[in-house]
Amino acid sequence: MAVKLLGIWQSPFVLRVKLALSLKGVEYEYIEDDILNKSSMLLQYNPVYKKVPVLVHNGKPMAESLVILEYIDEIWKNHPLLPEDPFEKARSRFWAKFVDDKFVPMIIRMLRITSDQKDNAAKETREILKTLEGSLDPNKPFPEDKSLSFMDIAIVWVGYYTQMLEKMLDVKLLDDENTPLLNTWFRVVLNLQVIKECLPPFDKLLTHYTNFHERHTTAS
Amino acid sequence: MGTSSSEIKLLGTAASPFVNRVQFVLSLKSIEYEYIDENLACKSELLLKSNPVYQKVPVLIHENKPPLPESLIIIEYLDEIYPDVHPILPSDPLIRADNRFWANYIDTKVFPLYEELRKTPEKEGKEAIKKQIMEVSQLLEEAFLKFSDGKPYFGGDKIGYLDVVLGCFLGWTKFVEKHNEFMIFDEVKTPKLLEWTKRIWSHEALKDAIPGSETLMNFYMMLMKYKPPRAA
Repeated sequence: MAVKLLGIWQSPFVLRVKLALSLKGVEYEYIEDDILNKSSMLLQYNPVYKKVPVLVHNGKPMAESLVILEYIDEIWKNHPLLPEDPFEKARSRFWAKFVDDKFVPMIIRMLRITSDQKDNAAKETREILKTLEGSLDPNKPFPEDKSLSFMDIAIVWVGYYTQMLEKMLDVKLLDDENTPLLNTWFRVVLNLQVIKECLPPFDKLLTHYTNFHERHTTAS
Repeated sequence: MGTSSSEIKLLGTAASPFVNRVQFVLSLKSIEYEYIDENLACKSELLLKSNPVYQKVPVLIHENKPPLPESLIIIEYLDEIYPDVHPILPSDPLIRADNRFWANYIDTKVFPLYEELRKTPEKEGKEAIKKQIMEVSQLLEEAFLKFSDGKPYFGGDKIGYLDVVLGCFLGWTKFVEKHNEFMIFDEVKTPKLLEWTKRIWSHEALKDAIPGSETLMNFYMMLMKYKPPRAA
């Protein structure tokens, strides 16, 4: 097939690419990468980082989820993801990058957090989420399937993975007093058809990361 | 055909390679702008209000639009509002994606490794980081060969995106080399990049924006004071 996506089921970065391809109705072959054995296809296609997602289009590979999203938007012109206005485009890119810069290291930290440190980490996470809420325009209607944008698909996974962390660590992250608009936004967007179809199963995700957490916090 | 200086303001500091990067692009596109110097040890109200999320420079203020931070985002924005003079990004989507990938790589590796080198007190640790830095420049040499395809710049005949994204670090690269007594770009391992650095240093549009060693030393001293090395 002309389009192949190399990924792992639990990766939110792979999810971003799946959503973009899905919204534009692009047919693709999905290849689940075996990260324990780092398949030779991955080493060939992403020798710099050896990470997924990797999109291969007509034999040409590319990596980095946000870079891939921009490429997809430039090749397939239907259902444009980025706004046309240069400033709004820049704004979308800024918030997508913010999530990667701030939220990703926080999740990585949470997945290894010990019980004595988790309340502090939870507090910092709530602050990051509060900042993220600032990206939303309270006067704008919530997105629907047909209006999902670059920024929406770059951010939506944060709500899902945060819910997973709340259950896993028994902490409050999506506090309705702290981030009422963001919480509602997540509830609405995570319930959209095209999003639901691409999300990894919640229980499977919770089990996977609970095991990960146990492995990394038990004394060896 | 310049733009009036009130249209574009740039908040910056001379020693910041990320600010220099934006200055390169403004210069290449012949865009006039008002430069507002920031003292990072004592950030102004304007900076704190303009970039509440990161409180960092550069920040671009265009007309009466909200301020825009993050150098790579600013560069893409400038390329979109002034597309006709010296386009920075290539037009082919695949080459654009490749450019963006390497820009991301450069930003996760180059300056963070220089900072890591500065913060590491012990000799062994420093040697390990120097080794990493040289591995990065090796990869960048390969990338240069691919992108330049025999021409003088990453962008081909003219300065392009990666020339600007990597070129802004040349002042610091020289400083780090001298301070740590090793070569980051050299004739043996990275001959093409070494030639490229000389082209960038002498380019009309760029040379005024590359900070001198005194500016860098002052900034280095400030970093040593406010973000001291780890205890040995």
